[in-house]
Amino acid sequence: MSAPDPNGWDRPLTKAMRPDGQAAFLDDYIAAGGYEGLGRALRELEPAAVTQAVSDSGLRGRGGAGYATGRKWSTMPLGPDAPRPKYVVCNGDEMEPGSFKDRFLLSRNPHLVLEGMIVAGFAVQADAGYVFLRAQYDQPLACVERALAEAYERGYLGRDILGSGFSFDIYLHESVGRYICGEASAMLNALESQRPNPRARPPHMTGAGLYARPTVVNNVETFAAVPSIVRNGADWWKSLSLTAEGGTKIYGVAGRVAQPGCVELPMGTSMRELIEVHAGGMQPGCELRAVSPGGASTAFVKAADIDVAMDFGSMEKVLSRLGTGTLVLLDDKTCPVGMTLNLLRFFAQESCGWCTPCREGLQWSASLLRDIEQGCGRPEDLDLLQEHVWIMGADKAFCDLAPGAMQPLEAALRLFRDDFVRHIEEGRCPYAPDEVQEAPPEGATAR
Amino acid sequence: MSLSDDERREIDAALPHYPDRRAAAATAMRLVQRRRRWLSDEALADLGGYLGMSVEELDSLATFANMLFRRPVGRHIVLVCDSFACWSLGYAELRAAIQTQLGVGLGETTPDGRFTLLPIVCLGACDRGPAMMVDADLHGPVAPAAVGAILEAYA
Repeated sequence: MSAPDPNGWDRPLTKAMRPDGQAAFLDDYIAAGGYEGLGRALRELEPAAVTQAVSDSGLRGRGGAGYATGRKWSTMPLGPDAPRPKYVVCNGDEMEPGSFKDRFLLSRNPHLVLEGMIVAGFAVQADAGYVFLRAQYDQPLACVERALAEAYERGYLGRDILGSGFSFDIYLHESVGRYICGEASAMLNALESQRPNPRARPPHMTGAGLYARPTVVNNVETFAAVPSIVRNGADWWKSLSLTAEGGTKIYGVAGRVAQPGCVELPMGTSMRELIEVHAGGMQPGCELRAVSPGGASTAFVKAADIDVAMDFGSMEKVLSRLGTGTLVLLDDKTCPVGMTLNLLRFFAQESCGWCTPCREGLQWSASLLRDIEQGCGRPEDLDLLQEHVWIMGADKAFCDLAPGAMQPLEAALRLFRDDFVRHIEEGRCPYAPDEVQEAPPEGATAR
Repeated sequence: MSLSDDERREIDAALPHYPDRRAAAATAMRLVQRRRRWLSDEALADLGGYLGMSVEELDSLATFANMLFRRPVGRHIVLVCDSFACWSLGYAELRAAIQTQLGVGLGETTPDGRFTLLPIVCLGACDRGPAMMVDADLHGPVAPAAVGAILEAYA
C-alpha cells in the first residue's frame, strides 16, 4: 500500500469522515477541503472540461456495471439547443443483497455525494438533481436532508451558485420500495410515479430520460469520486490506485470475519488483504470457502483465487465482476446450495414480471434449488439448472435482473458441484444438523 | 372523508419537487400512509381526487411497492432481513425468536395491533447481520435472546 498522505488526500472518499462515526456535516466537510472541487469547476473550468477531467481519470461507475462515467456524461446534449430541463439522478437504491457501501457514504459523508452531483450538474448543464434513496434508509436520509439544508444555506445549491451564474437544485426522493427501482431506467419510472418496470433502450437516458429529458444516472459512490478528481486532477486520481484502474474504492466485508465493515482502499487492493488485514481474518473455527465479491448478482469466487486484485479487469479473470466491491463470505459451515437458493428466491421475488424468461425462469430455478436443498432433487435437475443459466444469460431478458441472477447460479454449479451431488445422492442437506433436518413438505417438487 | 389539512400541507410542500401532480403520487401516498398507517381504498380515492388520478392508476404503483400497505398494519413495523448475508449469519434463529416473541408469522399483525412483522430484502447492513428494523431504527447484529428487549421499547 502507498504511504498515507499527511493531508488525507490519499483517501478522498472518507477524508472528511469523523472518527466518532457520526456524520460529517458542513463544518467538518469544509475543514477537509470540501466544496473546493466545486469551486474550481465553477471558477476555472468550462463544463466540457469537467467532463473531460472525469473521462481522463478513467472513473468507472461504482454501482456495479462499471460504465465509464465521463463517456456517459459526454453523451448529454450541451449548448443552447439542448432540450431542457436536464437532470442528474443519484442512484441511492442500495437494495442489492450484499451491498452496503452507499449507506456508509451517505450516513458518514453526505456532502461529498451532493458536491459530486452539483459538479456533475454543472458539467452536463443540468437544471435539477434527485437523490433517489431506498426505503429503510431512514438514517442516511436524515443525513442527506440536513446536508441539503446546509448546502442551500451556504449557497452551494440554488440560484447562482457561488456567484457563478450556474443554478441547480437537488431534491430528495424516498422510494416506496422494490429492488428493481435500482435499475436506472426503472428508477426514472419510479421517480415519475409510474410503475417501475425497466424501459426499453434505445432511447438512452442521456437522450430521453426522466420526463423524456436528458438525464444522467450515477451511483452514490461514483458521485463521491467526482469532487476530488476535479480538485486534484485526473493524473492524481489515477496515481491513487494499485493497478491501471484509477482511484480508490469503498470495499466492504461481511460474513464470519473478526471485523466486518467498510473501508476505503486503493483500487486493485487484493481480496486477500481485504479479508485478512482489514477485516481481521476469519473467525476461529471457520474457513473461507468462497466469496460473493460485489453483490448478489456477481459470481462466487473460490477461496483459492482470493489473491485477485479487486478492480474491474482483474475480477473478470476469475470469472466474476467487481460489482459493488462489498464482499459476502461463504464459510465452510454454511451450505452453498442453501445460499444459492436464498439468492435465487430473492431474484424470483423481485422480478418485475415484465418479461417471460425472468418472470417464469427465476421461479423455476428457485423451485429446482429448493428441491435439491430439501433432499428431493434429481440428478437431471443440475442439467436443467445449467440450461436456465443459458436461457436467462446476457441479453436474453428485458433488463439485467435475470442475467445478474444467473451469475451466482452459474458459479455455484461450477464451484460447488460436489455439494449439489451430495444433496441429491444423500437426499438431505449435509450441512443441516440432524435434529433440524426438515422433511420435504407436501408438493415440494417443482414438477 | 377527504385529505386532512395536514396531509394537504405535506403533499403541497412536496409538489414543487416534481413537474406535475401525477409525478408526486408515490411521495403523496407515502406521506398519507405515514399518517394513516396504511392506504385504504378511501385513502386512494382521496389522493386520486387531489392529484387528478384514478384509483387504478395509484393502485398500479401501490400494489407493486412493498412499502405501501394496502391492508391494515400495526403501530410498529418490524422488518427482518432475509438476504444471503444475514441468512448466513443467523437469520433463521432471529426470525424464529421474533415470531415466538410476537406470536405471529411473517405478514401478520399482533392481535393487539402493536406490531406487524414483514420480511425485507437486504437492509444494506450486511456487516451488521443478522439485522432487523423496527420502524426507522436499524438493529444489528441481533442475538435471538436480545429480541424481547428490543421490541419492548416500542409501545
